[in-house]
Amino acid sequence: MAMNRESNAYTILYAVVMVVVVALGLALTHQLLKDRQVENENIDKMQQILRSLNVDVTADEALDRYGQLIQNAYLIDEQGVKVAETEGTAPQDPAFSTELGDPEAKGLPVYEAVVDGSLKYVIPMSGAGLWGAIWGYMAIEADGSTIYGAEFDHSGETPGLGAEIADTSFKQQFQGKQLFRDGEFRSVAVVKPGRTDAHRDYVDGISGGTITSQGVDKMLRESVGAYRDFLIKLNMANQ
Amino acid sequence: MADYNRKNMALLSSKTKAALLGPLNKNNPVLVQVLGICSVLAVTSKLEPSIVMAISVTLVVAFGNVIISLLRKSIPNRIRIIVQLVVVASLVTIVSEVLKAFAYDVNKQLSVFVGLIVTNCILMGRLEAFALGNGPWPSFLDGIGNGLGYGWILIVVGFFRELLGSGTLMGHQVIPQAFYDAGYQDNGLMMLAPMAILLVACIIWVHRAVNKELQEETN
Repeated sequence: MAMNRESNAYTILYAVVMVVVVALGLALTHQLLKDRQVENENIDKMQQILRSLNVDVTADEALDRYGQLIQNAYLIDEQGVKVAETEGTAPQDPAFSTELGDPEAKGLPVYEAVVDGSLKYVIPMSGAGLWGAIWGYMAIEADGSTIYGAEFDHSGETPGLGAEIADTSFKQQFQGKQLFRDGEFRSVAVVKPGRTDAHRDYVDGISGGTITSQGVDKMLRESVGAYRDFLIKLNMANQ
Repeated sequence: MADYNRKNMALLSSKTKAALLGPLNKNNPVLVQVLGICSVLAVTSKLEPSIVMAISVTLVVAFGNVIISLLRKSIPNRIRIIVQLVVVASLVTIVSEVLKAFAYDVNKQLSVFVGLIVTNCILMGRLEAFALGNGPWPSFLDGIGNGLGYGWILIVVGFFRELLGSGTLMGHQVIPQAFYDAGYQDNGLMMLAPMAILLVACIIWVHRAVNKELQEETN
C-alpha cells in the first residue's frame, strides 16, 4: 500500500478498524456461548440451594436432584404473603430469576423443599464481606425458626481467613440453631470464637476473619430479617 | 521423497526448532528469564487449575504471536504496544468466555487469573521480541514453546502443592487413609503462595545444577 505507515491518518484509521473488528468478534463469541454460560450459572445456583439442604452433588446430578427435592418456589411480599402468579421452580420462573436487592423485584424468593418427607423453606441471603460480596442460602424447618442447613459463598475473601465461611465446618455450626427466642425474631449471632451471646443463638466466627464474620452476622440479620413476617406466620401456624 | 524431506526441513529448520524447544529448557521463561512468576504463585494450589492455566496461556501466546506476526508489516510503530494489548486482551476474553461455557468450576477458581493473563510478562515479551520480527509459522512455534515452557513449571508446582497440601490429585484422594490413621498430616503451608516460590526455587536449583553453563559466576 502506498500509504505512509507512520502518518497520523493511517494510525487513526488502523486503530478504528481494529477496535470495530475486535468488538464484533467478541460480541459474536459472547452470543454463541451465552446459552451454555447461563445454563452453568443456573446449575451452580441449584447446587448452592441443594447444599443449604445438606445435599452436595456434582453439576451433572444437580438438575435431577433439584427437580426431586424442590417442590415449589414463589415470591412473598413484605408482609410474608405469597405474591399471586409467581409460583414455579424452573430457572425462568420469578423465584429463581429474582435477584436479591433488585428494586424492580416483585417480592422475596422462597423455595419449598421436601427432604425425607418433611417440609423445609430455603431463602437466599446476600451481604458484604471484607473484599466483596458474600451470599448464601438458608434452609429453615417448617416451624420457621429451626435452621436445617446453611450455605455460604463469597467472591473474593482472603483464602484461609474470611474464605473459610464457605467451609463445611463453619456452615455446619448453624444446624439446629433457633432464629426465634421468646416468640421474637433474633437471628443467629456470629461471635468471636470463645465469646457468647445471651440474647440469641450464636455460632463461632472465623479467627482472623473478623470483618467477614461480622458481614455474615449482618447478612443474617438483614437478609433473613427481611423474611421476619413470613417466618412469624410459619411459627404461629406450627405452635 | 527428496521434495518431502526438503519440505520437512523447512518446517523445522534449526531456528524454528530453537524457537520451539529452547523455552522448554535452557531459555525457559520461568526458570531462566524469571517471567510470569506471579501467576505461578497464584494458581498452583491445585493441579487442575494449573493445567487449565498452562493450556490457556499456551493458546493465547501462540495465537497472539501468529496474529501479531501476520499484522507486523501493517502495524503503525507508534501504537504497536496498544495493538498487542488489544490482541492479547481479546484472546484472553475469548478464553474466559469459553471456560465459562465449558469448564464452569475451573472458571470460578481461575476467574481473576484468566483476566490477569493479559498482564503476564511472557506474552508481551514474546510479541514484542519475537512476533514483530518473524513470520507466522516460527512465531506460532515460539508461542507454543514458551507456553509449554511456562506450563510444565506450573504443572510440576501444582502437582506437588496439591499432593502435599491436600493429599489429592485432580481432586481424587491419592494418599491412603492408612497414612492419616498413622498420624500423617497434610501440609497446610503448601496451600499458601510462599511455598510455591520455594518450589520454583527448588526447580531452578535442580535446573541450574544440571545446566552448569547457566550458573552465574560468583567471585
